Amino acid sequence: MQIIKPDVNIDFVGRRRFAYFVSAILILITIVSLIFHGGPKYGIDFAGGAELLIQFNQPLPIEEVKAAMNALQLEAVVQKYGEEAEDFYRVLIPAAVAEQENLAQTLKEGLAARTQRQVTLESFEMVGPQVGRDLREKALLAMFFALLFIAVYISGRFELKWLLSAAMAGALAFSVYILRLAHLSIPMLMLAAVVVTLVLFYVLNLKYAMGAIVALIHDVIITVGFFSIFQKEFTLPIIAALLTIIGYSLNDTIIVFDRIRENLRKYHKLPLAETINRSINETLSRTILTSGTTLIVVVMLFIFGGGIIHDFAFALLVGILVGTYSSIFVASPILLAWQKRK
Amino acid sequence: MKTTSWRPIVVIVVVLAALVYVLPTLQMVLEKKESPTLWPYNKINLGLDLQGGMHLVLQVDTDKAVENTVDRSFDELRAFMRQNDIRVAALKRTDATTFTVALDEREDADRSKGLIADEFRDFNLEDRTREGQREIVLQLKPDEIERVKKLSFEKAVMKVRNRVDEYGAREPDIRPQGEDRIIVQLPGVIDADKARKEIGRTGNLEFKLVDETNDVRQALSGSVPPGSEIRYYRKDDPDMAGRPILLKKETLLTGDYLSEARVKFDPANGQPYVAIKFNPKGARIFADITEKHIHERLAIVLDNEVYSAPEIQSKITGEGMITGNFTDDSAKSLALVLREAFPTPVKILYEKSVGPSLGEDSIRKGLLSMLIGGVLVVLFMVVYYRGSGLIADAALLLNIILIAGGLAAFNATLTLPGIAGIILTIGMAVDANVLIYERIREEQRLGKTARAAVDAGFDRATLTIMDANVTTLIAAIVLFQFGSGPVKGFAVTLSLGVIASLFTALIVSRTIFEFLLTKRSIKTLSI
Repeated sequence: MQIIKPDVNIDFVGRRRFAYFVSAILILITIVSLIFHGGPKYGIDFAGGAELLIQFNQPLPIEEVKAAMNALQLEAVVQKYGEEAEDFYRVLIPAAVAEQENLAQTLKEGLAARTQRQVTLESFEMVGPQVGRDLREKALLAMFFALLFIAVYISGRFELKWLLSAAMAGALAFSVYILRLAHLSIPMLMLAAVVVTLVLFYVLNLKYAMGAIVALIHDVIITVGFFSIFQKEFTLPIIAALLTIIGYSLNDTIIVFDRIRENLRKYHKLPLAETINRSINETLSRTILTSGTTLIVVVMLFIFGGGIIHDFAFALLVGILVGTYSSIFVASPILLAWQKRK
Repeated sequence: MKTTSWRPIVVIVVVLAALVYVLPTLQMVLEKKESPTLWPYNKINLGLDLQGGMHLVLQVDTDKAVENTVDRSFDELRAFMRQNDIRVAALKRTDATTFTVALDEREDADRSKGLIADEFRDFNLEDRTREGQREIVLQLKPDEIERVKKLSFEKAVMKVRNRVDEYGAREPDIRPQGEDRIIVQLPGVIDADKARKEIGRTGNLEFKLVDETNDVRQALSGSVPPGSEIRYYRKDDPDMAGRPILLKKETLLTGDYLSEARVKFDPANGQPYVAIKFNPKGARIFADITEKHIHERLAIVLDNEVYSAPEIQSKITGEGMITGNFTDDSAKSLALVLREAFPTPVKILYEKSVGPSLGEDSIRKGLLSMLIGGVLVVLFMVVYYRGSGLIADAALLLNIILIAGGLAAFNATLTLPGIAGIILTIGMAVDANVLIYERIREEQRLGKTARAAVDAGFDRATLTIMDANVTTLIAAIVLFQFGSGPVKGFAVTLSLGVIASLFTALIVSRTIFEFLLTKRSIKTLSI
């Protein structure tokens, strides 16, 4: 069986301007959404606070749960949890009131008394502000290091300039260290590191690495945008999903790049645009199949995995889709744009 | 023909090793045992999010410990001045680690300073003249501050450990982190409210009556009277160490009411004792007890060890005393222990507790999505690649066994994100086969024979597959470094999955192809 015929020839490169437009719109929407919502919506891992999953022995309308929580003066956000009957709720308590002693017990007993129902605390999580700050820092550092190592690997592997890429990593680490002395906040530090990376790629003429990294940043930004638009929370597992996307969406890019290099040797007389387009078409079936099999399992995880893993699966879903798109429409055209620069 | 006879051997060895590591866990699950009884006794642990349990990050207030030390020295300094007849105009705490002694002007400042320096070696001394008055400033030395902090942290870790042991949690895991944090993991079904309270509390001081009506020897032989319990004297008591004593079970008063504990000396015989003061409520209770149980013996029990069991001579209001066979040092150390029994030097920074039913639900849903996703991928591969798809499916199955074997071999913990990692691996593992098969199809279109196409397909796809997996592995390893708890579980299964899929795609499926092509001399590929 074949989904993509071997002689397929779609003019991807010719439509790259349209693709640029689509990407630009998506990134713009992300930025607008982030500004509109006042930054990403952090889960309790990063913002501090408490999260409780509570189950009542009999169904209870959400209004009554909210009323009971208001009576306890905890400024809680109450959400229905799961698809089942109206007896399972998720309660979020902001950091300011979450640190009181015996919060879990107070809440359980208070709710039981006010709603006249038996309350089971299925899960309770409390994150103090210090821990939240630590985790936020760790998460950003993880993203940074993943990008750094992958950048080094890509530039080493594709341009066979291991020494250069190692030197580049050194330069990057050094400039981040210097910036850190200037007491930049971690998000600004990240931004600075990304800019420095791109400038280094540009100056050192590492075009494959440039294409791969721009595609990665593109994927992460758009995934973050989807999270912001749907007002989903950023938690540690979501960071894990973003890192996985960084690692995985490169797969498709690498497949295409490998073929481009192979074809550049084979047909060195062809114009670059044609070689790139030919390579994308030749690898199209595997790009779609590999993403497809992974999407199958991620969709199943999204549908059947349950509430705790739902957002995690959502992030992977968006990331893999955008990653597949970007390896065709973003990473390869950058090679072309590079060529035209000269 | 290329001889590649090493491949089948490697495959068999690796598969056998994985099975050996998986079997104990399998046996444990099937026979519903607590721990594996099969060699090599490795098992896959379930994370707290799956089996239920409690995860705590505690912070020890080591600054408070330093403050307590300085408090104590302040009391000692006051007593020392009196003992040595040094006349003092004023004595005051200046900040957390310093105090200032303003000497009476008739005092020989240098002599006094020498005396103090001799006795208070943990302090840096500095003297100065302010408004014509000689002052000596004592500041706790930085090394001493460090030492006190370290010691108090170690003690807190020990205490939490004892607490948890007493609480009887199954397989608790307590480990210090950094300079002042403790990570506590209590798997299984637990009463979170109780555990939180138990662990948050420090030294457990109790006052209990001695059961005089029953014989301790009889109790030791097995017939402990109801309402009583056997306890033992503290291990470092010079005379009574380890001796049993029969106590009433009821706790009359706890250390929570204690406000002060210090060493004093009996003026009559010079014997050291520990003077204790309660807060107003505690003092009332203590007065009641001593009035009601006059001439009975009241045992002072700290963390289940009996320190002394003196007879109540009279109703005690205000200050109480703990007498016993004390030397100067043992009295001092008891006072120290009691002082450390003061509440709340440990704070909960992070807590996560999960009920067992939520964990079971997570496992059920995780397995369900794994099953459905897995079946769909398996079917897809067979439909799309026919016979070769079956080989990819065999590789996939093996992949899952290898992940399980790897988890068991490292005694790793499986979390809910970890299950998600395995599910993700199922989707990614066939990627390598897809790359190889697409390449084989391409080579076949160029007119190559089955044998040549397979060889070329594997050889040319290998590098791409390596690259693609290395980047995912980099992300997973970074995640492992920075992640914590459940997320770490994801990093572990993802890394194992990536490595396993490299092995199954590049070595296992190639071995199967080669077996079919040479031994069965298949001429056309089903791909």
